[in-house]
Parts: sequence; C-alpha cells; structure tokens
Amino acid sequence: MSTTTATHPQTLTAKDFATDQEVRWCPGCGDYSILAQVQKVMPGIGVPKENIVFISGIGCSSRFPYYMNTYGMHSIHGRATAIASGLKAARPELSVWIVTGDGDSLSIGGNHTIHLLRRNFDVNVLLFNNQIYGLTKGQYSPTSEQQKVTKSTPYGSIDHPFNPLALAMGADATFIARSMDRDPKHLQEMLTRSHQHRGASFLEIYQNCNIFNDGAFEVFTDKSSKAEETVFLEQGKPLVFSNQQKGLRFDGLKPVVVNLADGYSADDLWIHDEQDFYKAQILIRMFDDARVEGHFPRPFGVFYETARACYEDALRLQIEETIAVKGKGNLDKLLRGNEVWEIA
Amino acid sequence: MNRTEAVLQDVVIKFAGDSGDGMQLTGQQFTNNTALMGIDLATFPDFPAEIRAPQGTLPGVSGFQLHFSSDRIYTPGDLCDVLVAMNAAALKVNLKALKHGGKIIANVEGFDTKNLRLANYAEGVNPLEDGSLEGYELIKVDVTKLTREALKEFPELGMKEKDRAKNMFVLGFLYWMYNRSLENTISFLNEKFGKKEVILNSNIKVLQAGYNYGDTTETFTTRYRVEKAKLPAGRYRNIMGNQSLALGLIAAADKSGLPLFLGTYPITPASDILHELSKHKSFNIRTFQAEDEIAGITSAIGASYGGSLGVTTTSGPGMALKAEAMGLAVMLEIPLVIVNVQRGGPSTGLPTKTEQSDLLQAYYGRNGECPMPVISASTPSDCFAAAYEAVRIAVQHMTPVILLSDGYIANGAEPWKFPVAEDLDPIAVSFKTQLGFDEHKFMPYLRDEKLVRPWAVPGTPGLEHRIGGIEKQNITGNVSYDPENHQLMVKIRQEKVDKVADYIPDQQLDSGPAKGKVLVLGWGSTYGAIKSAVLELQAHGHAVSHAHLRYLRPFPKNLGDILRNFEHILIPELNNGQLIKIIRDQFLVDAKGYHKIMGVPITKTELVEVIKKLV
Ligand code: SF4
Repeated sequence: MSTTTATHPQTLTAKDFATDQEVRWCPGCGDYSILAQVQKVMPGIGVPKENIVFISGIGCSSRFPYYMNTYGMHSIHGRATAIASGLKAARPELSVWIVTGDGDSLSIGGNHTIHLLRRNFDVNVLLFNNQIYGLTKGQYSPTSEQQKVTKSTPYGSIDHPFNPLALAMGADATFIARSMDRDPKHLQEMLTRSHQHRGASFLEIYQNCNIFNDGAFEVFTDKSSKAEETVFLEQGKPLVFSNQQKGLRFDGLKPVVVNLADGYSADDLWIHDEQDFYKAQILIRMFDDARVEGHFPRPFGVFYETARACYEDALRLQIEETIAVKGKGNLDKLLRGNEVWEIA
Repeated sequence: MNRTEAVLQDVVIKFAGDSGDGMQLTGQQFTNNTALMGIDLATFPDFPAEIRAPQGTLPGVSGFQLHFSSDRIYTPGDLCDVLVAMNAAALKVNLKALKHGGKIIANVEGFDTKNLRLANYAEGVNPLEDGSLEGYELIKVDVTKLTREALKEFPELGMKEKDRAKNMFVLGFLYWMYNRSLENTISFLNEKFGKKEVILNSNIKVLQAGYNYGDTTETFTTRYRVEKAKLPAGRYRNIMGNQSLALGLIAAADKSGLPLFLGTYPITPASDILHELSKHKSFNIRTFQAEDEIAGITSAIGASYGGSLGVTTTSGPGMALKAEAMGLAVMLEIPLVIVNVQRGGPSTGLPTKTEQSDLLQAYYGRNGECPMPVISASTPSDCFAAAYEAVRIAVQHMTPVILLSDGYIANGAEPWKFPVAEDLDPIAVSFKTQLGFDEHKFMPYLRDEKLVRPWAVPGTPGLEHRIGGIEKQNITGNVSYDPENHQLMVKIRQEKVDKVADYIPDQQLDSGPAKGKVLVLGWGSTYGAIKSAVLELQAHGHAVSHAHLRYLRPFPKNLGDILRNFEHILIPELNNGQLIKIIRDQFLVDAKGYHKIMGVPITKTELVEVIKKLV
C-alpha cells in the first residue's frame, strides 16, 4: 500500500510508535516480534504518524492497536476489514493497516476479507496465522491441520484447512505475500513491500502461539530444518533452497525439486516473477504437509503483485467527474425536484 | 353530446392488475398529475412479495391506491370509489375494498377463461357477466383490443410490445374521466423513452386513444372534477417516504458540512434510499453497497470514525444482523444513523408489507446495557424532518441513532411543502483539532456538559489514540476491567442518552384539548389514520385528543404530564403491543392498546369504532 508521503518527514524511531499500555500477550508469543518489526518499519514508510490507522477485530493479535501510538480501533470479531473499507473509502489519504488472525479473517470475517481483496482497497492486511484459537483458549481454527487434537476436537479435527494465500488469490488480491514472526529481517521487508503496494496487500505471517499451538511452524523457523523446508522468493532469481543445494524447476507444468549437484544450473530453474499470474498460483499451491515424504518446501516472500484500480480512487473519481459535469450539488434544486406547484 | 360535469370532494382509486401490468407506474403518473393540480393526496402501493408471481394469479396482483381530495386528507383511504381491474384476480383480491355503488373499470380480456381459472373462479363463472356485480357501476372496456387498434400503424411493434402499452390506455381514460391534462405524462414518457422513438410515440398514441375513448364513446356521460385543496400557501412537490428520507440525509450532511457515507445492503423496503442516494454524487456522497448487512453498518462506522456522516439503511432482518456493530458504535461513542424501514416479521416475514414491530428491538435488541436514541417518521414527507433530526442528534451527541420508518410511508406519497435550504436549522459539528493549552495528553472519553466526548479523527496530529469495543476507563479510554469503572460507564452511557431529552422540543398535542377523557397516543405511520379518526370524532363533538411521538427514546420531558391529563390512553400500533409496554413501564399508566398485525395500515373507520368505546 502506498499513501501520500510526508512533506516534512518526521524523524521518528520505533519508540515513538510504542504506547504506554502494558503489552498483554503471553511471554514468548510470536506477536511480540511482529509488533517490534512493525514499530521498526513505521518511521521509514514516509507517512506522518497521525495519518496511520491500525484496525483490528477480535483475538490475541487484535490487541495490536493498543500498542501502536497511531490512530487505532480494536473493533469486533471479523469486522476489521469492513470497518477499514469504510474508513478508506471516506479517507483515502490515510495509511490503513488491518491486524487480524486466522479465526478473525478466515472464519467469522471470511466474507469481508474476500470482498476487501476483490475491491482492492489500498490497505494492508496483516494476517497473524497461528493455526489455533488462542484467546478462547485453544480450539482448532480454519487453518489448523486435519486430525489436530484440540479442546474442541478431542478425536482430531475433521475440517479441511484453508490455504489462506490460495483464498486471497481466488479473491483476486493484488498483492500476496508470506513471512514469519521468527525472521525479523524478512518480516520487515515484507511489511515495507505491503506498504509500498498500491492496492490491498495480503500478508500472511506465521505466528507461533507458544501456549496452545507451540511449534506449529517450527520446521520453517528452526535453524535445523529451515534451509530444507523453506524457499525464499526473490524477484528475478531462481528458486533455490537447502543452502543453494536444491532448486525448483518445471517439468512441463509440474514443479519438481532438483539437486543442483545433478548438473542443473540456475538457467534450468524456475525464475521467480511476482507478476506471473499463472506461476503464482502454482507457487501458492506448494502447501504440502511437511510430515509427508517428498513434499515441497514452503515458499516465503512476495508470491504475486499486480496493479489494479483501487476502490476508493474509483469512488472519488465518479464524484469528481459528476461534479465536473453537473457542478456541485445544489440543495434547493434537489429539494424542489422536477415538478412543483404553488398554492397561494 | 350531452355531458355533465360533477364536482367531487374526495375520491379513492385503486389501480390493480398483474404485477407485469404496470399498475405502479400508472398510479404514480395519476398521482403526479393530481399533485400538480394542487389537490391533496395520499398513496398506498401494495406489491406482491414475488417480483413476478405466476401471471394472472391472486398472489401476483399488484395494487396502487390513491386518495385525492379538495379537503386536507391524511390517509390513502379505507374504501375505494373506483377499482381498475386489469384481470379477474385483481377484481377478486380488491372487491372487498370497494364501496357499494363504486365503479369497476374492468379490462374485458383479463376475464377470459384462462384468467378466470387462474383467479380461482368456478368453472363457467364470469363476474362481469353473471350479475354478481350488480351493486356496483361496472364499466367494461376491451383495453387490449382498443390498444392494439390504436397501434395499427406501428407494424414494427410485436403483439407483446403493443400489449405492454395497455396501462397507458387506462391512464388516458381516467385522465378524461377526471378532467385532467395529459401533459405531465407525455413529458414523463419523453424523458423515459426519448431515444426510443417508436416506443415513445406508441405510448403517447395509446394514452391519447384512452382519453379519446372517453371523449367519443357515448356511454360515458359524466366527467368529474376535484378542486384544489386548501393547503397552506407555499410551493409543493409530490414525495415518497424513502425519497424524502434520503433528501433529509443529504440536507443534514450539507448543513453539517460532513460528507455523507452510506454503507448498506439491499433489502426490501429500504433499498430505494440507496438508489436515491447513489444518484446524487454531486453532493459528495459515497454510497457503498457492502457484501452484507454487517459490512453495511461496520463500513459506516469506519467512515464516521474518519469524520464522515456514517449512515446505514435496512429493514428488520438486517437490524438483527447489525446488532453487535450497533453495540460497538455505542462503546466507541461516534455518530451513526441506522435507518430501519420496518416490514412484517419475524424472520423474512412479510417483506413487502408494513408493520411497526421493531420498536422493542430498537430499544432493547442488543447485548449488554446498550442505550441509543430512537426516533420515528410518521408520514412520507415527515421522513425528511425525521432524518434531519436523526443526524443532528447523532453528530451533536456523539451517538448512534435509530430512525424508524416503515414500508407504508416508505412507498407512500403525499404533497410536500418543501423547505428552502436557507431555512433549515444549521447543524453545528465540532471536531477536536488539537490539545488545549492545559492538556498534556488527549483524553478521548473526557466529556462536556452533554456528557459528549470529543470527535478526534485520524489525520489530526497530536491526538493519536486508540478506541475499541472493550470497556473503557472513564476519561482516558484505556481498556479497563475494573468493576466500579464498568458500573460508572454503563450509567454514563445511559445518562448521555437520557440527556438528549434536554435538547429536543416538548411533546405537542396534534389536536384536541390538553386535558380530558381520551388521548390517542401514536408513533410512526399510524399518524394519518389516528389524525383522521380523531378529527372525525371531534367534529361529532367528542372530546378526544391526539399526540404523536417523534422521539421514542428518550421521550420528551413533558410526556408524563400529558399522559396524566387524560382518563384513558389508547395506543394503536401495527404490532402486538410494543410502545404500550414501554409507556406502561416508564409512566405506570393504564394505557390500552389496539393492535393490528395484518401487514396493512390501520384504517380510519376501524379506529373510530375503537375510540368510540372509550369516549
Ligand atoms: S494465547 Fe497464544 S497467541 Fe494468544 S497471546 Fe498467548 S501465545 Fe500469543
């Protein structure tokens, strides 16, 4: 998302974005890191602090606005996206950030999420995905894996989980990215990219809930497995992972993992192109269960970015064009209508 | 030919036909024509629930009732003088509403074997032929045949297209019968079909043919005239409730200097407010057709948070869905107008029929202690003033406000002595733009003498703050679970709404003595029926008074005194007894109710009987 840049850039630091409110997440929660990265990124995005708004729904992550010294609203479950839509439609110059969780944005608020994306409001959706309901103390969420045993699924979950990025793609999102709480540098970069994108940015952040779902993303974040289980996307660069030992290439339309030692060069590999609509869909579908033999590594980075008109701009344009043609509304003319009669 | 002209004081016409027969348009045209003559009027459209119910059937009948008079009138009339029946079903459905001796203008072709069967007439029975309509003046017109004949010279039109102009024939005939000019309908047709010349010319031709038919056919010997009504001097226009409500919102936005944002989801009978507002982009109005009712209200909350005038419009089922978000608006203490154009409930209920059954929902239908002001509109043109007032209260008291209208006044029309923009009361709004000299930190829940907190919108440097749906600490607005604080905040929010009573006018009596035997207390769309019934009884020397409430929560401060001045209080409502519960609760008076829950308005006649029992 990009918004008006400050004419007099404030020289602020991350500290200026912290509030006096005590942060109330469980010690060790992934939310702390995300908050820290957001606060670090904010001074550099070129938006005056008073023009930044954080809106959240309900859930652990939705406490976020209380800890950001900007404008903020902690709203009701699932509706942050809809509130943000109204705010952005009314005030296009604001930099609007939506903080939401997997339950908030994909379950109770799923409808608003897809409609926000298709309308392409110029806002940033930060989806803290911890694959569990934390605030209500540990029920499975729409992103929890099948068979997961939780408080509400003592016999294992029978729900097929969402692939959030595929949902975003299905809703024609114009910016789709994934990052994780435990990779601060990457997360900062993705936050900045989200801000820079003009249109709805959908950033999924893997967030560890160490109380109810500890280690859900450990294979992607832990040093011992990260190299093997993740592939970091870089524009124009080949898809390589496993410390440059493995790569991904296309066999026809099918992606395959190859060993670079087997004589493949960078030219043989899949070159990442964020603007490639078709490749993005394949990339997004690399969503294998890491426990299954022969699975693909999980991609992180910007999967897809495209330019499309933003809703609030089109809305404003219609108003401007109407006023240009008809002139500003005249209240007396409106009240009078077309057919008037006089009684003496 | 020998023609007589009769002057009538008061006429009720019902246009009835299949929902595809164009009866709404015919009725509206006749209404506009009537309005332009300076005759007082009131209308009542009566739609079938289905857009296109099976043709010719009883559920497919669409009606439009128009009451016009040289006297002041307040209702669309109880019984009709004239029934236009385009088919057998239309006759069957509406005959009971026709006065004895009334006229039936019947389209003969609509009474063929097929139509008779569809209207459930017994085999071989045709009411036009069997003498069963003897008590009425039956005028049989072969509208279809005459229309086709009139369009002989339009070979480019197919039979179906020709038949579509039937309603113009009927309209033309009635224009002749009531001594009207065709002018306004011709210019309407010009506007509608300007570019489609053939359609335009054929419609005009049929309209004229209908008029000439009356003129040249010797059977019709009497024409009627209704004189101008003695309305207060001024300039008038005709207006429907939803339209006037939309204009009220636009005017209030204009006068408060706030951009209007409507977040809404289509629902009968409220959608016309969206349609109207979406036309007026030159007033800097943003209309947002959201993905659902919840997004309708929450997007409006977002817009209000950003400093716009946030409005959401809906009907009963949508109100139910918006309830949680209304609670949020109460906690945030930001302005918001929630319009409920009520319809028959519960659930989907009677979507196209009217009811006043959401008052208790408006009062109490949310989780927690969640008070907000409730006001109501009582006639089509009154929707303007009610909407204007809803906005004023919302922005000056930083609160969501519920505005109750209903399907009857939303779709009904009446002459409106429209205001001049300059004469509308200004609506002062103040935003907090900076910290005061003695303030170190912005306190979002610090209140003024009205108990109203400041409206500080994003983009204001130095006032960055967080608000939300969790209980607030008094003054600071920080999250607080403190027991004492919660009790305090619940009381403050209630008191804030109660205090609105200090800023609204006293309740007036609509008519009748200030003290006495019977007070009829009403709210909303029962206004016309109550007023007419009470005036009639007063004319017969009965001591009856009428008070009609605009402000339902809080009530005007003098309402209790008014109630105590009467021996009997009668509260007629289109529900199973809702205002009566609240009145009994707040004033401990032994009010009596009259409850009609049939999807149609209360009539003057029935109300007169009810009141008579008390006087
Ligand atoms: S429950 Fe889980 S997600 Fe919620 S604050 Fe605690 S660790 Fe974080």
